[in-house]
Amino acid sequence: MGQGWAQIVVYAVVLIALSYPLGIWMARVYTRERGDVVERGFLRLLGRDASGDQDWKHYGKSVVVFSVAFMAFLYGLLRLQGHLFLNPDHLPAVPWTVAFNTAASFITNTNWQYYGGEATMSYLSQMAGLAVQNFVSAGVGMAVLVAIARGISRRGTGAGLGNFWRDLYRSIVYILLPLAVVLTVILLSQGVVQTFHGHVTATTVQGAHQSIARGPFASQEAIKQLGTNGGGPYDSNSAVPFENPTPLSNFFEVLAILLIPFAQVVMFGRMVLARRHAWVLYAVCFTIFAIGVGIALPSEQHGSSVLRNSGVNITHSASQPGGNMTDKEVRFGIANTALWATATTDVSNGSVNGGHDAFTPAGGAVPLVNMFLGEVEPGGVGSGIYGLIFYILIAVFVAGLMVGRTPEWLGKKIEAREMKLAAIGALFVPTMALVLTAVAIVAPAGLASVYNAGAHGFTETLYAYTSQSNNNGSAFAGYGATTFSTTLGGIAMLFGRFVPLLAGLAIGGSLARKKVVPASAGTFRTDGATFGVLLLGVIALTAGLMILPALTLGPIVEGLMH
Amino acid sequence: MRALAASVVAIVVFTAALGFGYPALMTGFAQVAFPHQANGSLVVRNGTVVGSSLAAQEFTSPRYFHERPSATSPAYNAAFTTFSNLGPTSPALAKLVRTNAQAILKLEGPYNPGLTIHDIPVDAVVPSGSGIDPDITPAYAALQSRRVAAVRHLPLATVQLLIRENTAGRTFGFLGEAGVNVLELNLALDKLGGN
Repeated sequence: MGQGWAQIVVYAVVLIALSYPLGIWMARVYTRERGDVVERGFLRLLGRDASGDQDWKHYGKSVVVFSVAFMAFLYGLLRLQGHLFLNPDHLPAVPWTVAFNTAASFITNTNWQYYGGEATMSYLSQMAGLAVQNFVSAGVGMAVLVAIARGISRRGTGAGLGNFWRDLYRSIVYILLPLAVVLTVILLSQGVVQTFHGHVTATTVQGAHQSIARGPFASQEAIKQLGTNGGGPYDSNSAVPFENPTPLSNFFEVLAILLIPFAQVVMFGRMVLARRHAWVLYAVCFTIFAIGVGIALPSEQHGSSVLRNSGVNITHSASQPGGNMTDKEVRFGIANTALWATATTDVSNGSVNGGHDAFTPAGGAVPLVNMFLGEVEPGGVGSGIYGLIFYILIAVFVAGLMVGRTPEWLGKKIEAREMKLAAIGALFVPTMALVLTAVAIVAPAGLASVYNAGAHGFTETLYAYTSQSNNNGSAFAGYGATTFSTTLGGIAMLFGRFVPLLAGLAIGGSLARKKVVPASAGTFRTDGATFGVLLLGVIALTAGLMILPALTLGPIVEGLMH
Repeated sequence: MRALAASVVAIVVFTAALGFGYPALMTGFAQVAFPHQANGSLVVRNGTVVGSSLAAQEFTSPRYFHERPSATSPAYNAAFTTFSNLGPTSPALAKLVRTNAQAILKLEGPYNPGLTIHDIPVDAVVPSGSGIDPDITPAYAALQSRRVAAVRHLPLATVQLLIRENTAGRTFGFLGEAGVNVLELNLALDKLGGN
């Protein structure tokens, strides 16, 4: 286990060392007044919507209209791919239920996949449909966070939150695209495929035929990881060697999952002029991440009851990883798969490098709880931090009740309107996840999707609706696609995206109008360890308590029965 | 309406730049800088593509090292990868582990006197994540080495040397886990000759 922990410590150190300068760079990108030549040309091309300051309603409208229009475009592309070019393997149209679910999934930065990519999606659909959304849906989330941060830092001097189109352009051109190019080159050097030639058929050593799926996938893999997307070209996602061939490619891919989210905490602190406060948030997110790995790694290394009772050798040594190797790859072993499962659900990534359905009860509960907390640790690009803001407001409200003062945050008074919005933002998604799970467990059409029997089947269902409601996209992948599950899931992803997004923007708009109150002796400080502990408690008490009864029906029962 | 007009233009621009320009440029670069990797790390023997060093393929002959179990349909389907999705307490998993372990005991037992189920490393009996995991653990390779050596009438030391040569250790000594590439190992064996 020592070597396993060593990998995770090195990972954490590199993550901190890179996210800090990146955060500083990002704050600079968004606060620069004058854009480059291409930016000005692009905005002129877009017309009047792309000029001038937008208030929160206007900003939100641009986001929603753009997302819905792009969803319609993507849906059309998937339905028509059989008649279009760049389809060397002659794949037919994607069925409408899966096309709806997938379109909703990719515009909401979820990347839930009710299909096996290599057998369903043409190169055109992968490249010009899905991978474009990997950039754009990430850019939308980042833009919204920046708008909210501007609202917080306004000194009561107007209601403008910036311009959506400008923020979107800068997110993609100055942050996502350069990082994606660098990561693509690293992945290519490790062996990830990048070609327009279709499948190749090999004549194997024993004389059989083996068809091997290939495609322009390194470029997609890079943005899939960086933009907290997670939807891979292959069904087994980043477990497949053509997506993730070596321990080194794995290191960079799992680094890319958390890099921008943690950098955004630093960026946020600079944009709202509260750097110490941001470090407290950074520490809170990091603590939840560390707890997750701290549970997942030993649980998976300990192995499942079936494997322990079978008598085979599951002891970690220099010549084998041991532990629960079901649906895991030899080159990654236990530590890297447990680390990935934790990281991918601390944010809204959802890519996997091993099968979560086969995780031990305790190991599988980690990604489930991470998602249920709303992926605020530190969450999907953009969406995670505004998700965290809901909890912060609840925390300062609780603190305000305790000291008997109007709660304040970053110099702004937090009043009834903000609290209502924060409550909606924090509670809507977990409530929806539980309700949909209940519906899918009661309805016979829902039960048709369940793969494993008993408590584990309940966990599959809970995981599916938690993942889609929270826009994560990772899966207990036995859970199957039916008209019922694809439709319900598609709706969950759309509401799970836009309700918190609009609530966050509304808070930004509301705070933008408020004057700054100078801090006094009675002000509750939000830049110290006390606040960090309070925030952790609030997260655990709101969403954490909501999922506890459901956890007892799923992983806890399963863990206790064996 | 203004937002819709802007959206339509943005969709066209982003699809062109990110959906075509970016992957096309990356593919151009890849085909120049890393052509072997970019096309799937294909392994060619006597002018024929025999597989990819990144994908497991079926080996059933006792002359060869065998791969990990695969949950794809058919096994080692590199055109449709999949997990087994067998839950940790699933009876189906228990049965699969038992069946696989029995098969290994039967196959390797005659060459390894005193072999018991406790000597079988876990990766040998459970499905991999991709279904085409190209690696087995050094422990599983060691378990198979006596059989391969005996069937091919090779000294055990020769086979063990080949295993070492086809083992990728932990990167920088600590990253990931050691793995033995089965296809490359078997091709190296065939190259050696023997019957």
